[in-house]
Amino acid sequence: MSDLRDLYQELILDHQKNPRNFGELPDANHHANGFNPLCGDKISLDFNTDENGLIHDIRFHGSGCAISKASASMMTMALKGKTIPEADALFQVFHHLVLGNLVTEEQIEHLGRLKVFQGIRDYPSRVKCASLPWHTFKAALNHNSKTITTDSDNDSVN
Amino acid sequence: MKSSLPMQTSSLKNELEGEYLEKIRKDFPILQQSVHGKPLVYLDNSATTQKPKTVIEALKSFYEVYNANVHRGIHTLSEKATERFEHTRQQVHTFLNSTNEKEIVFTRGATEAINLVAQTYGRQVLQPGDEILLSAMEHHSNIVPWRLLAEEKKALIRVIPMDLQGELDLNAYEKLLSPRTRLVAITHVSNVLGTVNPIEQIIQLAHRQNIPVLVDGAQAVAHRLVNVQSLDCDFYVFSGHKMFGPTGVGVLYAKESILKNMPPYQGGGEMIVTVSFDHITYKSHPYRFEAGTPAIAEVIALSEAITYIQKIGFSSIQEHENRLLDYSTQALLKIPNLKIIGTAKEKEAVLSMTLGDIHPHDIGTILDEEGVAVRAGHHCAQPVMDFFDIPATARASFAFYNTQEEIDRLIKALWKVLEVLG
Ligand SMILES: Cc1ncc(COP(=O)(O)O)c(C=O)c1O
Repeated sequence: MSDLRDLYQELILDHQKNPRNFGELPDANHHANGFNPLCGDKISLDFNTDENGLIHDIRFHGSGCAISKASASMMTMALKGKTIPEADALFQVFHHLVLGNLVTEEQIEHLGRLKVFQGIRDYPSRVKCASLPWHTFKAALNHNSKTITTDSDNDSVN
Repeated sequence: MKSSLPMQTSSLKNELEGEYLEKIRKDFPILQQSVHGKPLVYLDNSATTQKPKTVIEALKSFYEVYNANVHRGIHTLSEKATERFEHTRQQVHTFLNSTNEKEIVFTRGATEAINLVAQTYGRQVLQPGDEILLSAMEHHSNIVPWRLLAEEKKALIRVIPMDLQGELDLNAYEKLLSPRTRLVAITHVSNVLGTVNPIEQIIQLAHRQNIPVLVDGAQAVAHRLVNVQSLDCDFYVFSGHKMFGPTGVGVLYAKESILKNMPPYQGGGEMIVTVSFDHITYKSHPYRFEAGTPAIAEVIALSEAITYIQKIGFSSIQEHENRLLDYSTQALLKIPNLKIIGTAKEKEAVLSMTLGDIHPHDIGTILDEEGVAVRAGHHCAQPVMDFFDIPATARASFAFYNTQEEIDRLIKALWKVLEVLG
């Protein structure tokens, strides 16, 4: 049986209360907005890459539940300093993890602290909360200027 | 007296408490289960209500005993199905006190009923520059169909404002009624705020200028007696599943004088008299608006839902739900930082709340873990959220089978939310 503490872990609560990299980045070269129509969560994400293609700085702001806020905060920490292909790989593994798809121990280890979101697979209605920041990141990467919504992806686990 | 439910009469009223309430709860199989190891507390009745055994049995027995299409066969099963189907129409007619059963059209739900009116009546009367008047507390299903129509017809949507209690501003309403207003479409009871709108007055004011009124009764019919003749509304819509009946069936009531002149909605079987490739004649109302095979089993089972409500009686229901509303309002206000959204004087037992800056989705998840089912979100009423400047609320909504003990469980679970996230 799932336990609330698997979902609301200390690390998640900490990031929810004190989100890291919170704010805007006026000189960002990538930007996107994400929206979850189910609960009204909104996230705005900015980042820029340096001449070597590394994610140099990344910020987010918006309003959302504990899970989406913590996910955004921890995502920005994980992505800072990564190359785009590395970031993309992380996105893939994270996405599989929260959907409850098979991921290897090695891949999970690769996620580092992000693996605290593993418990979310027992809460199907909350998967989108955790994945919204990541989809917004993907949209920013692809210079998608439309607000992306969680309805248009295939996060549904049913 | 308590072993069989008495019919509603003015002299006889059973209070919904003790053994009687327990017996009623036993009629709802779903309420007997546990969720996450705790007895289910179902407080999401505005989204959909649970079904008594009689409704479930009616669905089953239709398929087991007399499944057949309606209005088509001359064989025994079809005749029985048709007879039962039309029996529900008769019963809805008396339930709403319409003038006759031809004013009752079956639809898929309140949503389809509103779309039907928009696409037939609305499309027929609307000219560029005309206005449709809605209220600030409408469900999306009473906004989007009008928006679609307004775009097509280059018409305008006007909105009756509300105050921070969630009560409509009737002075503003009167001023908004104009010679260009073609229809007022308004909810009887708000699904977010619980506000019971003064629709008699709203209808009277509109009628003074010969403007017809559509009332969205989705949140009303399970809780209060509706009399369409004394209200004098022109259209009244609701869904079966929000009044202890099946999903997939709803009702449009329309005054016969209007309904008989409305053009068809969807085309297909059942709604025609003769068809050739270049000439079609349509049936009269209500059949003109019921193209194709309807939700036969669901319509038939809806009859049992109405019977069930009538046996308990609206005066008992109102008294009980008002008690639940008072009790839960008092208890909720003792929780620190809890704010109730929607504090109108006339209210149904619906409690939308925010809890400090804890997101309603987190509240919903933790409550669910405690076995308490509430809705968290914008409740298909984003304009209401925008008005109160909140992204969402957590909402507890009651029905006659809810108890004070269940409210105590809700309160306890909310304290748990504070413990985890506060
Ligand atoms: C006020 C109101 N109107 C209309 C509807 C739409 O009902 P349905 O989805 O059953 O068509 C709802 C459902 O939540 C509602 O609360």
